[in-house]
Amino acid sequence: MTEQPLLVLKGVHTHIGRYHILQGVDLEVYAQRVSVLLGRNGAGKTTTLRTILGLWHASAGEISFDQHRLNTLDPPAIARLGIAYVPENMGIFSGLSVRENLLLGTGPKGFRNSRLEEVLASFPLLREKWNLPAGTLSGGQKQILAIARAMMLPRRLFVVDEPTKGLAPAMVDVLLDAFLRLKEGGATILLVEQNFAMAATLGDDAAVMEDGRIVHVSSMAALAQDEALQTRLLGLSLASHQ
Amino acid sequence: MHSFSPPSRRSFGLRLLSGDTPGHPVASFLMAVLVFVLAFAPLLFAGTRAVATAARVAIFVVLAASYDLLLGYTGIVSFAHTLFFGLGAYGVAIALAGSGPSWSALFVGSAAGIGFAALLGIGIALLSLRVRAIFFSMITLAVASVGQVLASQLHDITGGEDGLTFSVPPLLSPSFHPFTEPVLGVRIDGRLNTYYLIFVVSLVLFLLLLRLVNSPFGRVLRAIRENEFRAEALGYRVVVYRSLASAIAAAMAAIAGTLMALLLRYNGPATTLSFSIMIDILLMVVIGGMGTLYGPAIGAALMVLAQYYLEPALQFLAELTAPFPLLSAVFQPDRWLLWLGFLFMLVVMYFPAGIVGSLRARGLYSQTR
Repeated sequence: MTEQPLLVLKGVHTHIGRYHILQGVDLEVYAQRVSVLLGRNGAGKTTTLRTILGLWHASAGEISFDQHRLNTLDPPAIARLGIAYVPENMGIFSGLSVRENLLLGTGPKGFRNSRLEEVLASFPLLREKWNLPAGTLSGGQKQILAIARAMMLPRRLFVVDEPTKGLAPAMVDVLLDAFLRLKEGGATILLVEQNFAMAATLGDDAAVMEDGRIVHVSSMAALAQDEALQTRLLGLSLASHQ
Repeated sequence: MHSFSPPSRRSFGLRLLSGDTPGHPVASFLMAVLVFVLAFAPLLFAGTRAVATAARVAIFVVLAASYDLLLGYTGIVSFAHTLFFGLGAYGVAIALAGSGPSWSALFVGSAAGIGFAALLGIGIALLSLRVRAIFFSMITLAVASVGQVLASQLHDITGGEDGLTFSVPPLLSPSFHPFTEPVLGVRIDGRLNTYYLIFVVSLVLFLLLLRLVNSPFGRVLRAIRENEFRAEALGYRVVVYRSLASAIAAAMAAIAGTLMALLLRYNGPATTLSFSIMIDILLMVVIGGMGTLYGPAIGAALMVLAQYYLEPALQFLAELTAPFPLLSAVFQPDRWLLWLGFLFMLVVMYFPAGIVGSLRARGLYSQTR
């Protein structure tokens, strides 16, 4: 790959309290590609994403995003560079209505009708629940709302943490379709995903984490074809997900 | 704005309320009664006590609603709200007592009190960056106590424990009588002018607060209250929003303080800075329903009415039940605080999210079924 990566992590360390979680993470995310971060539970995937977003402070190393050093910025400034974060566990605001949750994703200018129609076309159920508090939605609907909120503005990078966690298969298909449409539209996505089948369908590049480090980098296609490697790095193979 | 709820199609009334109604027929009825009674109190009730009580309700509606902006909408638990209330009242009292009863002194005193309260509000909000939750609340308690001590000790400026008695501009003075005869059965005097000044200012401030909490600013405040990290990750600077909310709430409380000073033509530490007033404000917000604005308004009306009329009501019941000594003893008017506590327990049991909060939740339940 000859082009410059959009996001680069070099030797990033993160401490949470007295725990040394990230122990020198090196990662590159290229524009208009879906990079999937894989690994067992506790490997440091979520901490990596939260460190990129500035929600955890990197104690060493460098994070750069298109000429900007993210280490020196706070979360609002990082978000304003065009990085959208979809946290795990349905990161919506339960007491606010569906409409208000979406408005929070638009910034001060409010809805741009064409964008809103596009998002509502992808997720028609949001139209039905428009004025209801987001807390009344099901788990899958909340996850969809969180993703829709991230899509309310054109973004340079989507950072998405385990969107399918705990969701019914039908809802996983809805999310997969939405991400495929995003990908077709040329979006750059950094995705943490435990559902290997979904990761294999969406991903262009794969990185596997273990004990706070990246231990494997390849194309997603290469990882998806190598069952022995999947079993060694992830403990499960794609075949076991099908 | 998307076509699902175009504001242009809203009625004038709905636009006046910024599209935010009480959310349940019972709550709407209570609010309508409250506004109607406050608007026509001088016509409905004879005697100055009832009208003074109505004025006090209007002032506490603003005070409780401004506290709801902090507690219910932003999630800031502050015990310094009476300090801002006191600053507004002292601003007016010091200016009018020092410079005489002129409009210019009234405006300068009000502006100084309100401005100082807003700056102090920002300062206290910035503290919340360094200390969190219960520790922040303790600091606000300490700041409020310092204010109370200063007001008592700086005798030359504040009048100390005795407070300051002052005259108000002639138009608001009880001795102002433009007509010798009553007009439509109402005696036009400075008291009436003061009442309507308080009512109109309170109504405008309440509508402004409604506008604020239903604006994009208010939406972000509610997001911060739920999860400040998520709000930051969406690009919103929590410290800026918290500081602004704190400044606005402080300024509103200070305006309520200026109105209280005008009503009483007196101000002292016990009148506006007392910790018991802080407890009352908390109860008003909790009884009415946090994060609803209408709830604190209803809570304020209930609390002020209970403080003024529960004791006479118990006196009446005690006399009515005099033939039954045991029952009469239960209604002894001296025990009005016990009854108030009992009523508070009933409200908490049957309306766990406050009156308006619980009514709204019931309406929502039927909507989602």
